[in-house]
Amino acid sequence: MIEPSVLVVDDEVQFVKTLVKRLVKRGVKVDSAHSGQQALDTLAGSGATRTDVVILDVKMPGMDGLETLAAIKEAHPLIEVIMLTGHATVESAIEGMKHGAYDYLMKPCDLDVLMNKLNQAAVKKREHEAKILEARATLIALRRGD
Amino acid sequence: MTSPDTAERSNPPRPRVRTVVIGLALIVLAPLVITGAINLQQFQVVYRNKVESELTVMIERQSFIVDSFIADRLSDVRIIAREHPIERLRDPDFLRQVLNLMREEYHGAFVDLGVVNEDGIQIAYAGPFNLEKADYSSAPWFELAFSKESYVSNVFAGLRGTPHFIVTTQRRVGDETYIVKATIDFEYFNALVEGIRIGDTGFAFIISRDGKFQTNPRFEVSLNRSPYAEILDGTMHADRIFIADGKDLLSRPSIFTFAPLKQGRWLLCYQQETADALDEVRKMVRLAIVALLVVATGALAVGYFVSGNLASRLAEADRERTVMTHQVIETGRLASIGELAAGIAHEINNPVAIMVQEAGWIDDLLHDDNPTSAENLVEIERAVGQIRTQGDRCKEITYKLLSFARKTDPSVRAVALNDMVGEVIGLTSQKTRYANVQIVTELSPDLPEIQASPTEIQQVLLNLVNNAIDAIDKPGGTVTVVTRAEGHAVVLEVRDTGAGIPEANLARIFDPFFTTKPVGQGTGLGLSICYGIVEKAGGTITVESEVEQGTTFTVSFPRESPKPAQPIDPTSEREGP
Ligand SMILES: [Mg+2]
Repeated sequence: MIEPSVLVVDDEVQFVKTLVKRLVKRGVKVDSAHSGQQALDTLAGSGATRTDVVILDVKMPGMDGLETLAAIKEAHPLIEVIMLTGHATVESAIEGMKHGAYDYLMKPCDLDVLMNKLNQAAVKKREHEAKILEARATLIALRRGD
Repeated sequence: MTSPDTAERSNPPRPRVRTVVIGLALIVLAPLVITGAINLQQFQVVYRNKVESELTVMIERQSFIVDSFIADRLSDVRIIAREHPIERLRDPDFLRQVLNLMREEYHGAFVDLGVVNEDGIQIAYAGPFNLEKADYSSAPWFELAFSKESYVSNVFAGLRGTPHFIVTTQRRVGDETYIVKATIDFEYFNALVEGIRIGDTGFAFIISRDGKFQTNPRFEVSLNRSPYAEILDGTMHADRIFIADGKDLLSRPSIFTFAPLKQGRWLLCYQQETADALDEVRKMVRLAIVALLVVATGALAVGYFVSGNLASRLAEADRERTVMTHQVIETGRLASIGELAAGIAHEINNPVAIMVQEAGWIDDLLHDDNPTSAENLVEIERAVGQIRTQGDRCKEITYKLLSFARKTDPSVRAVALNDMVGEVIGLTSQKTRYANVQIVTELSPDLPEIQASPTEIQQVLLNLVNNAIDAIDKPGGTVTVVTRAEGHAVVLEVRDTGAGIPEANLARIFDPFFTTKPVGQGTGLGLSICYGIVEKAGGTITVESEVEQGTTFTVSFPRESPKPAQPIDPTSEREGP
C-alpha cells in the first residue's frame, strides 16, 4: 500500500488539528493550511513535490474552496483534490467537478471513507505521474535516437 | 441618485360609495336642473305674454258686448220714443204692448217702461210695479236725464228697493219735454257679466268710477285694496285696457284686468289667480319636475349600482390584497428562515465534523496498544473538552435559528430597533465571515421605540442586511447599519460598499418578483416584503444607489405612532446623507 501525502485545508483550526492527528496515526504524511492562500503558498514551496492529494474545504473566508481548487489545478495539474463541504448542493458539486475535483465529500464524513478516497486519489495521481514520466522518458529516448 | 416614485407609493384612499353617488348625481342633475330652470323661466315669460294678450282680447270683447248691450237698449228706447206719437206713449196699454214686444225680443232684459214729464211725474207706466204717477223729481237721475239727450244710470235701488238701472231718452213735443225711461233687469245684466269665467278662479264684475258695484262679483272683492284702490283714486289709469299684478283677498298672487265701459264711467274688472291663469305653466313645471325626477332617479339608481359595484370590487380587491400581503409576508418570512436554515445547517456541520473527528480520535486512542498511557489520557480529556465546546457552538447556532423561526407574532408593540439590529447581525455573522464583509454599526444610544411587529421588523432588517452583504462583490466591503432619531421619525439606514444598482433597476427594486440574482437564488420578494411591512408600520423606505459605489436603504418609521396607518410625517421623507 502506498503512503499518500496529503494537504488538509480548512478554516476550522480544530478540525484540521484532529484530522491531521488521525491521518498521521494511519501513516499518512500530512500538511495543513487554514485558508486557500495558505494552501497555495504551501504547494508553491516544497509541498508540491510530495503532495498527492489536497483535502479542501469549500466554504472558507477569503479565497473559497472553488477558487482555491481552480488555482491548485492551474499550478499543479497532477495533484488530486477532494472537496469537503458542509452543505453539498448539486450546483457546487458540478462546479467542483468541472474544475477537476477528484471527489466530493460531505461533512462530517467517516474517516474510513475519507481514507479510501484518499488512497484511490493518491493511486490515480501516482499512476498519472508515472505515465507522464514514462512519456517523457520515451520522448527523450526518441530524441536521442535509441 | 434617488427613486422618488418608489418612495411615494402609498394606498390611495378608496372613494366611498356615497361620495361617488353624490358626485354622479351632481354631474347628471346639475345640467338638467340648470337647463330645466332656464327653459321654464323663458317659457314662463312667453306664456305670461300669451296670457296677457289673451286677457286683453277677452276683456276687449266682453267690454264691447257690455257696451253694445247698453247702447242697444238705449237705442231701443230711443226708437220707441221717436217712432210713436206722444199721445200713444202716454197710453199705458200701448206701453204695455211695446214692453211685451221688447221682452219677447230681448228675453226679459227690460223690466218696465215709463214716460216722465218735466215735473218728474211718471205719466204713463207699464211693468210689474205700481209706479204710475210716481214722483221722480227728487231722484238723483232725474236732473241728468233731463239735461241729456239720452242717459244710462248707475245701478241703484230706487223706489222699488231692488237693484236696477235705467236708460232714458228725451222726447220733445213743442215746448214740452218728456222722458221715456226703461228699466234694465239687473239679473239679466248681471248674468251677462257674471258669465265671463276663465279657469277656476277667473271672474268679472263692473264697478262705477265712484266705486260702486254695478254687478255682483262671484267672489268677494275689496275695492279698498290694490289695485282697485289705485284705479279708483286715479293713481293708476284705466283709460284703455290695463293689466296689473296684485294679491286677492286671500293674498294669492292674482292678475287684474280692467277695461273702461260707458266712455270710462264704468270699469269692467276681471280678476284671476296668477297660478290659475298660468295653469299651463304650472302643468309644464309639473311635467318638467316629473321628467327631472324620473331622469334623476334613473341616474341615481345607475350611479348607485355602478359605484356600489365598483366599491364592492375595490373592497374585494383590498381584502384580497390584504390577505395576499399577509401571505406574501409570511412566505417571505419562511423563505428567509429557509435560507437561514440552509446557511445554518451548513454552519452547524463544522462543529459537528469536529465532534465526529474528536470522537473518532478518542476511538483511535482507545484502540492504541496502551490506551491508558498518561499521554493518551490527556489527549482524550482534551478531545472530550473539544466535543463539549463544539456542542455548545451547535446549541448557539440552533438557538439563533429557533429564536428567529419561533417569532411569528405579527402584533404591533413597542420595538427597540437597536436590539433588533444586534440580533440580526448575530444571525448573519457566519455569512459576513465567509463573504469577507465587515459589519459596522452606528446606533444612536437613546433611540425612541417604534410601534411595529417585532418579527416583521426583524425580517426587514435581515432582508436589508442580507442584500447588503450579497451586494458586495469584492472582498473587504463594509455594511454599515445606522439608527438615529430624526424629528418625529426613527431612521434606519443600511449602507453597503457593493456593486450598486443600475438606475434602470432602481425604480423596480420594490416590485414583487423583481430580482437580479440567478434563478433559484432569490425569490425577488425580499424588498417588496420590506416595502409592505414598512408601509404597514406607517413608515417609508427609500433607496439611493450609485454603481460601483454602493447602495443605501433608508427606512423611516414614525416614532411611537398610536396606529400603524398614521399619516407619514413629511420630514421622514428625507433621504440619507
Ligand atoms: Mg469552512
